[in-house]
Amino acid sequence: MYLKIKKQSKRVFESKNKTIQLKENLIKYLLISAATVSVLTTFGILFSILFEALEFFKLKSFIYFLTGTQWSPGVENSQFGAVPIFVGTFVITIIAMSVALPIGIFSAIYMSEYATVSVRTKVKPLLEILAGIPTVVYGFFAAITVAPFIVTVCESIGIQASFNSALASGVVMGIMIIPIISSLSDDVLSAVPDSQRKGALALGLTRAETIKAVVLPSALPGIISACILGVSKALGETMIVVMAAGLRPNLTLNILEDMTTVTVRIVDALVGDQAFDSPATLSAFALGLVLFVITLILNIISVYFIRKFKTKYKVNNL
Amino acid sequence: MKKTNNPFYDASLKKRHQAARRFKIFALSSLITAISFLVFFLFDMIGKGLPALQQTYVQVEVTYNDQTIKSSRKAIDKKLRKIVSRAWLRGIKKEVQNNPQLMNTTKLVWALADDQVDQYIKGHHYKLKNKDRLIVDELNRLNQVELQFNSIFFNNGDSKIPEFAGIKSALIGSILTLLVTMLVSFPIGVMTAIYLEEFADDNKFTQMIEVNINNLAAIPSILFGLLGLAIFINLFGLPRSSPLVGGLTLALMTLPIIIVTTRAALRGVPDTIRQAGYGLGLTKIQVVRDHVLPLAFPGIMTGSIIGLAQAMGETAPLIIVGMIAFIPDSPSSITQAATVMPAQIFTWAGMPERAYIEKTAMGILVLLSVLISLNTIAVYLRKKFETKW
Repeated sequence: MYLKIKKQSKRVFESKNKTIQLKENLIKYLLISAATVSVLTTFGILFSILFEALEFFKLKSFIYFLTGTQWSPGVENSQFGAVPIFVGTFVITIIAMSVALPIGIFSAIYMSEYATVSVRTKVKPLLEILAGIPTVVYGFFAAITVAPFIVTVCESIGIQASFNSALASGVVMGIMIIPIISSLSDDVLSAVPDSQRKGALALGLTRAETIKAVVLPSALPGIISACILGVSKALGETMIVVMAAGLRPNLTLNILEDMTTVTVRIVDALVGDQAFDSPATLSAFALGLVLFVITLILNIISVYFIRKFKTKYKVNNL
Repeated sequence: MKKTNNPFYDASLKKRHQAARRFKIFALSSLITAISFLVFFLFDMIGKGLPALQQTYVQVEVTYNDQTIKSSRKAIDKKLRKIVSRAWLRGIKKEVQNNPQLMNTTKLVWALADDQVDQYIKGHHYKLKNKDRLIVDELNRLNQVELQFNSIFFNNGDSKIPEFAGIKSALIGSILTLLVTMLVSFPIGVMTAIYLEEFADDNKFTQMIEVNINNLAAIPSILFGLLGLAIFINLFGLPRSSPLVGGLTLALMTLPIIIVTTRAALRGVPDTIRQAGYGLGLTKIQVVRDHVLPLAFPGIMTGSIIGLAQAMGETAPLIIVGMIAFIPDSPSSITQAATVMPAQIFTWAGMPERAYIEKTAMGILVLLSVLISLNTIAVYLRKKFETKW
């Protein structure tokens, strides 16, 4: 009798166990499929760009795309040499970084090395507001306030500047990137163990010497990673340059002239009526492919450096 | 000469201290520069946008009769026609239709002024003929010009006539788009995070997903637009310019933010909770569903709101999928053509009329205040439900 009940209850238990097991597995597979969405997205981006870009390279020469200096879509016998566009992107990125790097890194140094805790907790969110401002707003600021200002200043000293100067969009882009660099650098600097600072100070170094000789070298991989992230952000930034930089592919290094960037040309090619078999439209995908590959490489390098820093100091919250 | 007796005296010490001071001042001034950028920027936007809160109205005599209904321009004095807004004049016909008693009467009303008159009254750059300007001056002297609160801006959709343009259709477009975004990215993001944090073994597949999420966060937003264009519009045939396509595109962009913050929130729940659950014989799903998730929920909400705020300010991918169409009426479904607030700002910024500058700046102020309130809610939630284990 007892055995029978035991057997029965065991059977009930087992069948219940089985349904639970089934349910558990089902939910687990559901979760896995959710997780694959992000992978699919990456591949979706890669393949959608790649296929359209290949269509483009069937029509136009790949070599000329990378080395040519004439970019004239939409005309008969159109030419797609992207060098002026790459140069424009490069110049604007350099201007942005020369604003963002010193200000970002030194702000981070002040926040992590000098500021009291209360100052730091107040200032950091303020800087993060800069990061939260939509880029279209920065674009308007660059086009309406900064660019005319640059033109006026240049006129007053007798130089001619374009209303779509690379300088205006570069500077505003730099302001946008400051918080990206300062925030990550601040985290990295704060993660450098205090014993290093104390040791240096005990040897008689001044505060500044401690920072320069001990803290910064230790934090260097992290700071490099922050800078690379900033560069990748600058390369992919769209709205500021669409609104404040020029459309004309202009092969020059004069930052007061108008220049165009990869992202501007992508937007220009895809806004409005588009025929998907014309090289003018497809060129957007070829440019997108270049952008994708470069930012991907930069990101991989950045991850490498930050991992180096993490394993050195065994911090996990970066 | 006391110092020279000190065996530790270092002649370069003074210089080194000076250098240290300089270094500190340099660092401080960098920080101040960064913050003054922010302050200058905000003041600039407020200064440019606040005038748009008011709009000029002029008092004119309107005659309602058969002739004026046929051609509403004739309802007012000939010389005032350039001063009153064209869009307002068009409304006269509707006014009579709604209120037939007005027929064959003459009334003194406050009429919306033309954008050039508005700019002139506000003291901005204007393009008025001298003749018209004198009329405005005369009206002004008779106290027949007034600045009133600009309710049009909040009640109207976009318009090619500057004084008649408003942000409402863009606001509704933004809400619809973000609704789609959240409905897609919230469940997928949270489920991905639960899988990675609670279920996944440390194998190649998991590592691949993690690397992927990191990469996804660093991909320039415009490339998501290319994805939306190539896959959602060209491959799936979803309607261009619709909140559905825009929302899906933004959802993929928001995914990494939600995954990362949800993982952090799940990691914040101590293992003892899980152990206690297992000890009572709960299955893994039961532990996660009934104990870990509720405890992590405030953190998940905070992260989602931050992701939402970021999606709200995104423009580039939406331009690529066509959400910069001219939309005078508010969209009512997710498959209709729509525009969003940042895209509206972009369109206005490119308009040649001076009056659009203040509209743009006002639109920016509206967008920024929505973003700031979203972020404040996120911070408040985090503070309120923060648990120290």
